[in-house]
Amino acid sequence: MTASPARGISLHRIGAMILRYWYLLLSSWPRLLELLYWPALQVITWGFLQLYIAENANFFARAGGTLIGAVILWDILFRGQLGFSISFLEEMWARNLGNLMMSPLRPIEFLLALMVMSLIRLAIGIIPMTLLALFLFHFNVYALGLPLIAFFCNLIFTSWSVGIFVSGLVLRNGLGAESIVWTLMFAILPLACVYYPVSVLPVWLQYVAWALPPTYAFEGMRALLIEQTFRTDLMLEALVINAVLLAASFGAFLALLRSAKRHGSLLSGGE
Amino acid sequence: MTENGKASSRPTVADRAASAAIAVDHLVKVYKQTRAVDDISFSLPRGSITGLLGGNGAGKTTTIAMIMGLVLPTSGRVQVLGHEMPDESASVLGRMNFESPYVDMPMRLTVRQNLTVFGKLYAVKNLAGRIARLAADLDLGDFIDRANGKLSAGQKTRVALAKALINEPELLLLDEPTASLDPDTADWVRAHLERYRRDNNATILLASHNMLEVERLCDRVIIMKRGRIEDDDTPEAIMARYNRTTLEEVFLDVARGRANGAKEAVR
Repeated sequence: MTASPARGISLHRIGAMILRYWYLLLSSWPRLLELLYWPALQVITWGFLQLYIAENANFFARAGGTLIGAVILWDILFRGQLGFSISFLEEMWARNLGNLMMSPLRPIEFLLALMVMSLIRLAIGIIPMTLLALFLFHFNVYALGLPLIAFFCNLIFTSWSVGIFVSGLVLRNGLGAESIVWTLMFAILPLACVYYPVSVLPVWLQYVAWALPPTYAFEGMRALLIEQTFRTDLMLEALVINAVLLAASFGAFLALLRSAKRHGSLLSGGE
Repeated sequence: MTENGKASSRPTVADRAASAAIAVDHLVKVYKQTRAVDDISFSLPRGSITGLLGGNGAGKTTTIAMIMGLVLPTSGRVQVLGHEMPDESASVLGRMNFESPYVDMPMRLTVRQNLTVFGKLYAVKNLAGRIARLAADLDLGDFIDRANGKLSAGQKTRVALAKALINEPELLLLDEPTASLDPDTADWVRAHLERYRRDNNATILLASHNMLEVERLCDRVIIMKRGRIEDDDTPEAIMARYNRTTLEEVFLDVARGRANGAKEAVR
């Protein structure tokens, strides 16, 4: 027998979905390896580049860690979104979405489970990456202290917004839209000023950059590493934009889900 | 609520719907220029087994999908266990379940893991006991700790049926429940479904191309063609109306456009 009808948000159902992805991760060593492989490759490549630049340029020597710090923060943003979206794609690949949509699982619970999974997948990939940066390049990202939490929160919120939106697109358009999952975040890369300050951009493009929450995190990181100043104003502004983005992406997801039901996409799910 | 976001205010089915397991009223689904489902109405009493018959493209799957809330109707309304779909789906999704060839169970998870996840989604009490019972009933014991992707087609069908029964649903929607099963296993699954209906007073709506299965299981048959209901009665009455001895012959009459001629001949 089942319990009473599904009303409100159920931690039990969210836990069931996390358990489903946990079983999947444990059953597949390639999936686990993939979580570690790319972040490690990134930090090693950019870490050596940072070393080379530090030996040849006074400014960068003074601004030690800006590149490798940017790489780690970028990976939080990118891997956070992938961690969210890949868990969603697993349902599409497994043709399991119909089972979930027909169960008492509510869309908000599904999305919350995907958020938790993005944190778990991120931890598996990023923690070894930060340890590599520490032992190979003596860059201790944890030495950033509390500001690191502010950067992390703002970046992860943005990654979830993008993840929710692209998942909605795949839900509506099927796996033919899968490439958006892998590429959309790269559209943000040049505008979020990951490796260079906003002032490098033309003035009109700076307005676009400041509309993106990650820009505030990367600018904040540079301010911290170069000027030893934590810009709380930047973090608060980013938080406000992130709140708007999260609400908008959730609204878009529900609209795309409704559109998928209207067009029968949930039955096909293919290309 | 329809796909246009307009709630139909038609009260005519309200009374019937309250006691029916499924009440479908003037249901229409249009995909671009195609009327996949064209103004169908029917009501299924609780505890009944109804077969939904029709050739490919007849509208069976779309009809079932609208009942489940996976597809929004263009117009018309669906009530399940007395609740409007999809607006009140939260009140009924835990009391119904389904099996369809359009969905799979996650391949890398073992049978036990899959049933555990779905059991938790449906908030099944004493889940370990329920899984053990299903494993015994559906003979899953030999492969319950094997990954779903490593099972034969027949074993997968039994696992899908176990998932469909995990929450002891009052309403079971089945799309080709015995496809890809050998005759012995298929017969065994049918016996299980009959027993399940009898023991739980469950309502079953099943779409099938297996006419013998429909004859054996169903106390009512709805035949669909090009999105419309061509006939709706007990299997015996339908066969008598078409002057045929099997539902397969009736199916061929309907599919090949001989339906009216056959009925005329009887008159």
